[in-house]
Amino acid sequence: MSPSKAQLLWMYEKMVEIRYYEETMAKVYLEGKLPPNIQKGLAFDIGSGPVPGEMHLAAGQEPVAVGVCAHLRDEDTVVGTHRPHHFAIAKGVPLDKMTAEIFGKKTGLGKGKGGHMHLFDPAHNFSCSGIVGASLPPACGAALAAKKRGQDRVAVAFFGEGAANQGAFHESLNLAALWQLPAIFVCEDNHWAISVPKEKAVSVASVADRACAYGMPGVCVPENDPLQVFEAVGEAVARARRGEGPTLIEVKTFRYFGHFQGDAEVYRPKDEVKHLRALDPIPKLAARLKQDGVLTAQEEEAIVARARQRVDEAFAFARQSPYPAPQEALEDVFV
Amino acid sequence: MAGRRLTMAEAISEAFAQEMERDPNVFIMGEDVGVYGGIFGATKGLIEKFGPERVMDTPISETGFIGAAIGAAAAGMRPVAELMFVDFFGVCMDQIYNHLAKNTYMSGGNVRLPVVITTAIGGGYNDAAQHSQCLYGVFAHVPGLKVVVPSNAYDAKGLLIEAIRDDNPVLYMFHKGIMGLPWMAYFQGSTTEVPEEPYTIPFGQARVVCEGKDLTIVTLSQMVHKAVIAAEMLAKEGIEAEILDLRTLVPLDREAVLASVAKTGRLLVADEDYLGFGLTGEIAAIVGEHLDRIALRAPIKRLGVPNVPIPYSRPLEQFVIPQVEHIVAAAKETMQGRVAAGGRA
Repeated sequence: MSPSKAQLLWMYEKMVEIRYYEETMAKVYLEGKLPPNIQKGLAFDIGSGPVPGEMHLAAGQEPVAVGVCAHLRDEDTVVGTHRPHHFAIAKGVPLDKMTAEIFGKKTGLGKGKGGHMHLFDPAHNFSCSGIVGASLPPACGAALAAKKRGQDRVAVAFFGEGAANQGAFHESLNLAALWQLPAIFVCEDNHWAISVPKEKAVSVASVADRACAYGMPGVCVPENDPLQVFEAVGEAVARARRGEGPTLIEVKTFRYFGHFQGDAEVYRPKDEVKHLRALDPIPKLAARLKQDGVLTAQEEEAIVARARQRVDEAFAFARQSPYPAPQEALEDVFV
Repeated sequence: MAGRRLTMAEAISEAFAQEMERDPNVFIMGEDVGVYGGIFGATKGLIEKFGPERVMDTPISETGFIGAAIGAAAAGMRPVAELMFVDFFGVCMDQIYNHLAKNTYMSGGNVRLPVVITTAIGGGYNDAAQHSQCLYGVFAHVPGLKVVVPSNAYDAKGLLIEAIRDDNPVLYMFHKGIMGLPWMAYFQGSTTEVPEEPYTIPFGQARVVCEGKDLTIVTLSQMVHKAVIAAEMLAKEGIEAEILDLRTLVPLDREAVLASVAKTGRLLVADEDYLGFGLTGEIAAIVGEHLDRIALRAPIKRLGVPNVPIPYSRPLEQFVIPQVEHIVAAAKETMQGRVAAGGRA
């Protein structure tokens, strides 16, 4: 299955938007966290600044999010991970509310209660979790609901290769295959579970190899390329919509930043990121689209400007929004 | 000569190293405990000393490796398993509460499980609802687990060595905001002098942090340091608070609580765990059960997270986690409080 021109341009624009979002977040995150404005003796203070707490950025992993979401409709479900921004942006979660949430503001998706790892947008059937492996069971649930109601909907669970060693992964794959659920399980293999490399944690070369144990197709996408992801996922989504059950897909992708911002990455070979940056999927896609006559230099400029403007506006909205009143902490435990 | 000062993280990794040198049956399993040295520095330097056979980076498979710790302990070893954040217990609790906690009892005492589970607790740095909880009340609630919650480097080392040498399962819970990490603000009172030689601190012995005649503040972990600052503020207003650091929840030093409250007649329990059905209620109940020997001068006061998940946004989190000013205000209210006149015959 080949993407249409509109799909190609959409994927490119979303990748540009995601990258600029993550790079902007990386800068904003550092505000207020460095000496001399923090406790004496500290090199960095994770709890200071306008965006405190852990921050996991997805620069380098854009092809997975766009290659999958290009096939999805608003009513399809996506469940993301602790590193969720690229999925959310590709699924159409409003940038202003999402950014406000990450700033802990009252105008955020969760009124400031959830934060960056806990983004909930029921209007776009998007959610995520800070617990590794937690995306798969709820995706099974969304797929089960669609099947029970006879709806033409699919559910996607994203997770990392580290999550493929959780019980939730194995239980969910069995359940989805047993019940023939319209689910697509997409593993982002960025090679690192915090500091532990894949070869020291996963017993098989490709997580996709595990699919056969549960009786579903397993596909390995060998390159961090949105077009390869698009093709593999297109097939899986079509199968799911036809009622033929789930698929497990592994994509080899890149983690450009640390596990979290502030991670010194003492465990990572020095040249690895440099090497991965040289393979950056965004300029690669731009070059290919130009070569194929899909994108002109002028259009490229306009796309980049548009994407950046959306991100800048979202950050401005988040900064200008008010914090919740302290007592609001006591609301929303129950509806 | 003044003694050597260590952060709590340094004291913990030193205790591990000394016990691993002493006993070849001790080994560590967990996520990022090797080259990374533990996300919160608890195993720093250990893989360099003892190698990857004894400091084992595991896959993200808590049911698997915590269950394996139980099996290895039953086979005669003394495993330590690190659960990165206590909040993650949800993925492996069956191994902990249905097996680790119960096998000794169900075997009539024939099975020994000298397992230590170390885990990070606590909030205050905006890591939101799934990475900021204390939850020691959950583990203390389940019979069969000893629960250790140190507040400073000296106690951390002595209690960890005691935990490793104990023939029973121990949950050892360190608060992130007192580990002395270079990337997270912390209470500097947690960095203390620590003797170089190994030593143990017996479980079930609370520590009187400071003496006072007006009011007892029962607390633990990071909250000890907030209570100390609060006590200094209260002292300026002529209120003398006595602070009790529980150090272990199971076993619990009930006598220390009763003795202090008998002296002061007033009790404030300051906790970072959830308020409902937990530590604060347990301490209050112990005092309530001994009113035949304790004359309370004011109603008991409890501070804890008011039964909401930990919110992300800073003003919300600061509101739900008791702060120094909350302790001061609660202490003053307790000083104003009065018990109903006369008892019923």
